[in-house]
Amino acid sequence: MSANTAVAEKYRNNFLKEIEEQVEMGDWVKMCMQCGVCSGSCPTNFQSAWEHPPQELFMMIRAGKREEVLSSSSMWNCTSCYNCIVRCPRKLPITHIMHGIAEYAHRLGMAPKMQPTRFFSGLFWKNATHTGRVNELKLSMGLYFKDGFVQGVKNGMAMQSVALGLVKAKRLNVMELFGGHKCKDQKGIHAMLKKAYEIERSRKTAKMAG
Amino acid sequence: MTEHVATNETILVVGGGISGMTAALEAAETGKNVVLVEKNPALGGRTSQLYRYFPKLCHPTCGLEINLRRLKGNPRVRLLTMAEVTGIDGSTGNYTATIKVRPRYVNENCTACGECGRAVEMKVDDPFNYNLGQHKAAYLPNTMAYPQRYVLDPAIIGTADADRAKAACKYGAIDLDMQEETIQVKAGAVVWATGWQPYDAAKIQPYGYGRFKNVITSVEFERLADLQGPTGGKILRPGDGREAKNIAFIQCAGSRDENHLRHCSRICCMASLKQTHYVREKHPEDGKSTIYYIDIRAIDRFEDFYQKVQADPSVNFIKSKVAKITEDEHGNPVCHGVDTEGYKRYTTPHDLVVLAVGMEPSVKGINIPGHIVADSSGFIEADPANGAVFGAGCASNALDVNRAVQSATAAALRAIQVVNKVAKAEA
Repeated sequence: MSANTAVAEKYRNNFLKEIEEQVEMGDWVKMCMQCGVCSGSCPTNFQSAWEHPPQELFMMIRAGKREEVLSSSSMWNCTSCYNCIVRCPRKLPITHIMHGIAEYAHRLGMAPKMQPTRFFSGLFWKNATHTGRVNELKLSMGLYFKDGFVQGVKNGMAMQSVALGLVKAKRLNVMELFGGHKCKDQKGIHAMLKKAYEIERSRKTAKMAG
Repeated sequence: MTEHVATNETILVVGGGISGMTAALEAAETGKNVVLVEKNPALGGRTSQLYRYFPKLCHPTCGLEINLRRLKGNPRVRLLTMAEVTGIDGSTGNYTATIKVRPRYVNENCTACGECGRAVEMKVDDPFNYNLGQHKAAYLPNTMAYPQRYVLDPAIIGTADADRAKAACKYGAIDLDMQEETIQVKAGAVVWATGWQPYDAAKIQPYGYGRFKNVITSVEFERLADLQGPTGGKILRPGDGREAKNIAFIQCAGSRDENHLRHCSRICCMASLKQTHYVREKHPEDGKSTIYYIDIRAIDRFEDFYQKVQADPSVNFIKSKVAKITEDEHGNPVCHGVDTEGYKRYTTPHDLVVLAVGMEPSVKGINIPGHIVADSSGFIEADPANGAVFGAGCASNALDVNRAVQSATAAALRAIQVVNKVAKAEA
């Protein structure tokens, strides 16, 4: 390491290093030149719905604002439209970085618990891996009742006509609420996922070790 | 101009813009014989297409005039206009260039009286004005054109217009039988000064250049501001001919972008800062400029120029790269983006949007001779592998006029050293 890089190293804050090491594609964060094209190209309206657009998050990471970034709901609002990646003049994989930060915050348990995207992601994963098939009825019911029974009933009533339409068109089977369809080899799926977890864990340990 | 036979002690200069002219003159004034090849019918290149240049805001006439005067007085420069180098063979101290010369259909007798232009009816696109307007098919390339000679567009050859032009000429200057020629020129060293071209703005899809008429490029804006330009110096919107007063300048249109040009084109920030002066000059009362930028790079020693523009209340700076442009029902371009100072969204209509387009080296993709070592943007590198082919001006880097001239002088000096060695060996 030359004298110059040693000095530069001194001024790099720990949080940026942490993001680079722990977050998938996190090493791209330092490449952002703060032009603002990503935020301008974002189809979601971050001013009313969420706090920090991508380039602000990158700046916050570089400023060492660990708490604010990891507990933020912002990266959970990404819809993966890829507009930002297409237009970024430095070719930062912004969408992937957003998901990477979200995943890391979730791993640390710092992600906002009832944030709908995070909640839904957990629900979907559980639902899909349990039987090897997605039970759409249970999945949407789970989301409706996220904020308690009363709100759940209200949500259900609001979506009533859509549900009836789906039932009529045979896209929704009410009987799915009891058991529902399954994958033939449920045990196989679970074994496969267990193996995948093991591989992921060993990889992460290896990465942490250096 | 004295005709001289090109030898291995001759320096070939390709491109007759500010860099090529400088290199040719510097070499010729040390006693070297020079062949200067220019693709267009007149010298001056992109410099002559500017309205004014920074930092002093003088008209390019003033800078080019002195060079033209030096050229007129120097018998050692042989000038070939409407000529293009199609290939170079050989090695250091011994090159042979193949040059294609297009017919001008007008010989040295021309006095630029303009009778042929008045006689001709057909109009063709005017590349000097970036095709924003048309000119007669018998034309003087621009008011300060050198050589000061008319040109007939090939489109009128064989038509009644050509005969009318010939009949109108009192000096026997029109020769309709001129043919394309291919000639060979010997040279000991080559200065490659083919300059730059504005980046094709239509490739920056979200900005809508080509789809929205009131989105133009910075080079086109120069022509609109010029009194000799297609609008007589009035900044009129191409969409409806209405005068534009609220004008947006978008920086890094193509430059500093991995999807377009990797390099910073260096001149565009200064060019836009300069162009805000045009807006105020044309509309001192209600002219308004808005510069959208990533960061302003006032190259060289021009920070004071930037500060003066910053102090101008008619100029607004917004630190943001515009994400996209749309068009409203009045034909106004609307800029969409997020201001990075405060992270606020904006949706701002303007009368006219000027894209400060980047510089693409004209030499890009040309492999003469054999192989030229260029950087990742296509600019010629100073590399021993290039032999005695030296890049000058914007063929070697993104430069403003000032630095291009410095670069051309350096290239001339390198070329002189090569032909001096040849002279010693031959003596």
